Amino acid sequence: MKKKLYSEAIYRLLIIVIAVFSALFVGAILLLIAKTNPLTAYYVMFTEPLSGKFGLTEILVRAAPLMLVGLGIAISFRSGIINIGGEGQILIGAIFGTFIALTFPDLPPYILLPLVFIASFIGGAIWGGIAGWMKAYLSVNEILSTIMLNYIAFQVYMFLIRGPMIDPKEVAYGTGVPQTALLSKNAWLTRIIPASRLHAGIIVAVVLAILVYIFLWKTTIGYKLRAAGAEAKAAKYIGVNVKNYLVLAMLLSGGFAGMAGAIEVCGVHHRALESISAGYGFSGIVVALFGGLHPLGIIPASAVFGLLIVGADMMQRSVTVPASIILAIQGLIILAIVSSQIFFSNIGLKEKIMIKLKLMKSGDKDDT
Amino acid sequence: MSEIISKLEMKKITKKFPGVLACNNIDIYLKSGEILALLGENGAGKTTLMNVLFGLYQPEHGKIFINDKQVIINSPSTAFKYGIGMVHQHFMLVPNLTVVENVALGLIGKRIFKLDLNKVRKRIEEVSKEYGLSVNPNAYIWQLSVGEQQRVELIKVLCLGANLLILDEPTAALTPQETDELIVLLKQMAEKGRSIIFISHKLNEVKAVSNRVCVLRNGSLVYEGKTQKHSVATLAEKMAGREIYMPTLKEKSQANSPILEIKNVFAKGNMGTMALDGLSLTVSKGEIVGIAGVSGNGQKELADVINGISHIERGKILLNSKNIANLAPQQIINKGMGYIPEDRMHEGTIPSFSVKENIIMKDYNKTPLSKKMFLQNSIIEKYSQKLISNFDIKCPDNKTMCASLSGGNVQKVILARELSRKPKMLIAAYPIRGLDLGAAEYVHEQLLEARSENVGILLISEELDELLDICDRIAVIYEGKILEILDRDIATKTKLGLLMAGIKNEKKAI
Repeated sequence: MKKKLYSEAIYRLLIIVIAVFSALFVGAILLLIAKTNPLTAYYVMFTEPLSGKFGLTEILVRAAPLMLVGLGIAISFRSGIINIGGEGQILIGAIFGTFIALTFPDLPPYILLPLVFIASFIGGAIWGGIAGWMKAYLSVNEILSTIMLNYIAFQVYMFLIRGPMIDPKEVAYGTGVPQTALLSKNAWLTRIIPASRLHAGIIVAVVLAILVYIFLWKTTIGYKLRAAGAEAKAAKYIGVNVKNYLVLAMLLSGGFAGMAGAIEVCGVHHRALESISAGYGFSGIVVALFGGLHPLGIIPASAVFGLLIVGADMMQRSVTVPASIILAIQGLIILAIVSSQIFFSNIGLKEKIMIKLKLMKSGDKDDT
Repeated sequence: MSEIISKLEMKKITKKFPGVLACNNIDIYLKSGEILALLGENGAGKTTLMNVLFGLYQPEHGKIFINDKQVIINSPSTAFKYGIGMVHQHFMLVPNLTVVENVALGLIGKRIFKLDLNKVRKRIEEVSKEYGLSVNPNAYIWQLSVGEQQRVELIKVLCLGANLLILDEPTAALTPQETDELIVLLKQMAEKGRSIIFISHKLNEVKAVSNRVCVLRNGSLVYEGKTQKHSVATLAEKMAGREIYMPTLKEKSQANSPILEIKNVFAKGNMGTMALDGLSLTVSKGEIVGIAGVSGNGQKELADVINGISHIERGKILLNSKNIANLAPQQIINKGMGYIPEDRMHEGTIPSFSVKENIIMKDYNKTPLSKKMFLQNSIIEKYSQKLISNFDIKCPDNKTMCASLSGGNVQKVILARELSRKPKMLIAAYPIRGLDLGAAEYVHEQLLEARSENVGILLISEELDELLDICDRIAVIYEGKILEILDRDIATKTKLGLLMAGIKNEKKAI
């Protein structure tokens, strides 16, 4: 049994490494076109972030929101609903949290921070819940509705930070940068490593990941959610109200994305500003898939994605590659990893490869 | 049109899958005008062998000869070139296209731009006239019954010029009448020089249709010989490798205290019409009541409304004298109702869940399996292990996904779950459909045992043998009403057959 787990792990690692390498190979062609040496560029991308305190802490700063969005996505996918609306849910969550923090600046941190997180959760949950309700009761395709809700969320968010919630200083100085006032220190997440941006949000995210694992696999509600997602007909047969569980899944999924907004506000920027999300709503989907839609897989997956983002930033700065190529390489890696899922989900193919690699004897039947 | 296949031979065919030897050194042959039945339990290797012949799989060893010349068949289109056609268990037809268009899909071939539907229509008419396969070429597939769709599949392969037809469990979805028609058709085709390989595990049909039979067991050919030399019982024995006794009811039920009473129930079906039209029926404790009928006469709706999955418009459903009509499924389950649904793969189980998770599907929210919302894993573990061994569910361990189990074992998972809950009443919809005899025997034994433990059972089935074997009474459903209820001692196949067709008074029919 142990031997099987071991060969299983090697197999997974091998497939992912091959996927990443093939993406990097295509990316190398792009870099060559941009007249950059791909080897130096990649060297910087993968070693620089891991070689110092700055890089390592930055990876975790990125991992925290990715993990939260990924957890929400895992809940919704497991419940049979595809949530592409993380981006909008992050924004609404961020603005709800910011509102609470700005309204009660004098509350002590141990009351204010939980309040901000709850408010962000509610904001994201409302935004996700709308799509869930529309899917359950009006049969509106959730992919369409969540994408459209992203646009609405963005405009609402921009209106608020440009208008009613704009930093009074921006108005006074006439600069007019769309951002809210700085939050009081009571709403800041503690920096856990001095002289870095790494804040307590990463701990919150890991704890929540474990809670989501317990929720989905150890509780009756989690069981019902997964049943409704895996086979709606069978769920009805055992008396699960599938429609209500669809809505619940989207409430939770949106709520987690909303908390990612709170983490960015309270942990990194200490205010709500225009580029609060940095695409976490979409990358979170990949993190969730990469982590096998399993909370405990999402923890390392979010760190790997943090590395990709930070590494690409560093490559851009030290090798002076155009930013658009960085984005393209990130996209290629995501594409390769998502495509390689077929090697995990297609059991026949997996067995064939594992036998070829002598990781498994032909007599062993795979039953994972 | 390709050359007539006067002799086909498959020699020493071996096909391996990871962990399974699907075909082990199998030799079969077939002459023109012959119907060969390929018999075997689920997973015996019948379909694999035929997929090798049809070019879907490449064998590790072995050769195929047509008219004594070796051929290499590496794709279905090569198979077609040699005149081999296959009708799959699940039809490969486009529902939104007409019959002509569906046949044309196969015929177009390389001429992408030119499509002469009139020519195709003519060809269909020729073929259907030659073989007596009547079908309206202009009808849309979705308008046709399952039996008619089967005929379209046959026409399709014949239009493509197939001389040798492989039929993979062709009767699995057919009504008894449609099956009889198909058997007549196949015999006519064989008389005209076509050869047919008929895959099935329904022995009555094999007996009725085939000249010769090959029996596969665990990937090996265990018997080959003339069909007429054997009775159904000896064929079953060869197939299972042991003797099979389909259990039958011995003594009459004594019980007469009603457990389920359905009184004048009206309910709408999917189409919005009244699928149940004033249906009344009573089942007593310790009694098996069969529901016979051609499918689509309200059986599905009946099972659904009893279990609260869909609602009734009017009427009463009493379980143990308490009204359960229009309650939520959960409440009905808690009142002691068990249900073996028709769709065992998608309704009765969750395919991507483990055997363990499927076993607790109805009790996950009750102590001791869960306490205050938390699943109690160690208790669930023990409970599932106990059920797996009590019901002899064959799976590597209790974490195996249900999707990877055979149909018989999936049905055992459902039986284990439903019967271990000690239901007062059990609805069993087509419980042995698609199962091989060994598994069917087991299901019937379990149902009879539940009956002896005073459970009331409603058995919905199309197979009259099944109903006559184990039912105390048989009710015939027709257009949403119970037409008549026959006691087991007076029920015969003929009587039931007429009633299923909606003919109540035999004299009038003559």
